[in-house]
Amino acid sequence: MKTIREINQKIKKGEVVVVTAEEIIDLVDKKGTKKVAQEVDVVTTGTFGPMCSSGIYFNIGHSKPRIKLGGGSCKLNDVPAYCGFAAVDIYLGATAIPADDPRNKVFPGEFKYGGGHVIQEIVSGRDIRLEATAYGTDCYPRKKLETYINIKDLNEAVLFNIRNCYQNYNVAVNLSDKIIYTYMGALKSKLGNANYCSAGQLSPLLKDPYYKTIGIGTKIFLGGGIGYVAWQGTQHSPTVKRKDNGVPQAPAGTLAVIGDLKQMKSEWLVGTSMLGYGVTLTIGIGVPIPILDEETVKFAAIRDEEIYTQIVDYSQAYPQMIPGSLGEVNYAQLKSGKVTVQGKEIPTGNLSSYSKAREIAEELKSWIKKGDFLLSEPVASLPTAESGYTFKPLNERPIG
Amino acid sequence: MNKTDKIISKRIVLHFPNRLVDQPIVCKLVKDYDLQFNILKAYVTPQEEGLMVLELTGKEENFNQGIEYLQSCGVKIQPLSQDVIRNETKCTDCGVCVPICPTGALVVDPLTRKVHFYDNKCIACELCVKICPTRAMEVHF
Repeated sequence: MKTIREINQKIKKGEVVVVTAEEIIDLVDKKGTKKVAQEVDVVTTGTFGPMCSSGIYFNIGHSKPRIKLGGGSCKLNDVPAYCGFAAVDIYLGATAIPADDPRNKVFPGEFKYGGGHVIQEIVSGRDIRLEATAYGTDCYPRKKLETYINIKDLNEAVLFNIRNCYQNYNVAVNLSDKIIYTYMGALKSKLGNANYCSAGQLSPLLKDPYYKTIGIGTKIFLGGGIGYVAWQGTQHSPTVKRKDNGVPQAPAGTLAVIGDLKQMKSEWLVGTSMLGYGVTLTIGIGVPIPILDEETVKFAAIRDEEIYTQIVDYSQAYPQMIPGSLGEVNYAQLKSGKVTVQGKEIPTGNLSSYSKAREIAEELKSWIKKGDFLLSEPVASLPTAESGYTFKPLNERPIG
Repeated sequence: MNKTDKIISKRIVLHFPNRLVDQPIVCKLVKDYDLQFNILKAYVTPQEEGLMVLELTGKEENFNQGIEYLQSCGVKIQPLSQDVIRNETKCTDCGVCVPICPTGALVVDPLTRKVHFYDNKCIACELCVKICPTRAMEVHF
């Protein structure tokens, strides 16, 4: 048994042993969980995929004369942002798109530019055009503001994502006879391809399936900088069915994360366009898992072959909320490039970059080894598998 | 074997200026130069040039003469590999393009999990260009 405090002492002394969530698999094969629990202190995970429920908030400072954006409107490079706060606070969501974007009018829409791209440009230090209107008050008389802003001049600039890091995700296929364009990519007709979106054995919550070490307050790699787990993410669903090894067989836990945008890098926050679907942001996240005992080793060493997920039809079942799965596959099968669905062998594609996930796990490992990154104790747990916490559908009640 | 008897096969992009679009040109490659062609892609837009991607096969001497003939008609020719290129700084190696590519030009390396682009296999169908989430696949004429 080790504690996070003891692990931090080792980090400070430069004696910490860190391996990635891939490396621990081979290590456990060679040495067994007991020995590895004694020898290894931290396992680093990583994931790099599109995560739509993401965004940034920032404070632009007060203009002279003052303007109150709250109750008014504002755009960043023509992309609408939310300013229903006080005078000069703005939140920009990853999926926002300009009012004059043609959307899906000519199908499939290209969605070339939106919130995700603005976020990437802000992080990369580019000037951004801010256009805002307000109604004017005695204390905030100004009604119009047009200016360039730059991240270096903002008071606070914070990435605050309300749902990231899905613990497992569906495999998307198309049973219909025409191509469809989804947030899981283009899906060719009649089971033309199967798209998935997870780093599998490198993905943070799959390596701590019961959230024994990852909780509110956990310090993480976020977009190339440092962030924290702020809360469970929206749609957190810890009570879904699990295999004997504890791994959920369908999308389950999620994280809300927060961190200083000014430290982040545009390489790890990438504006993304899904044909026929919309704009999003591809985000790099890495979570360290402290090895406290043999059980944390056992979970951290779970491999692709042991992580199963459901194959879902996105032509009918998904849009119409029809429950059911076309079968179950594991990530080793998905990564082989082919899976068999309804007797047909079909090619697979990943939306989540495994090679980037690996880079993130390596980067976080090097931060910890160098002593630049200490682990934090979670201050509260995420709702657990036994909590009864569920992800409910909308109870639609007609008005009038 | 005589050098000129060697059979060669190349994928080329033909750009037809507006004035040539309504003339039978490509069929002469078969008739006069004994070449075989496979049309991989073709389109003509009003007021603009026509574009055709061909796989052209035949004896080297005939092939070269056929190309000269096309050029003498005013057709611009370029090798196909210049058509679709990958912007390496934008590609994140996710791999969502892999099952969309009809010719296997985009392949995930099983070890590094990086995506290789074999431009010699690319037929410039451009399916990957629009579906790439970071728009890393670019068309260059």
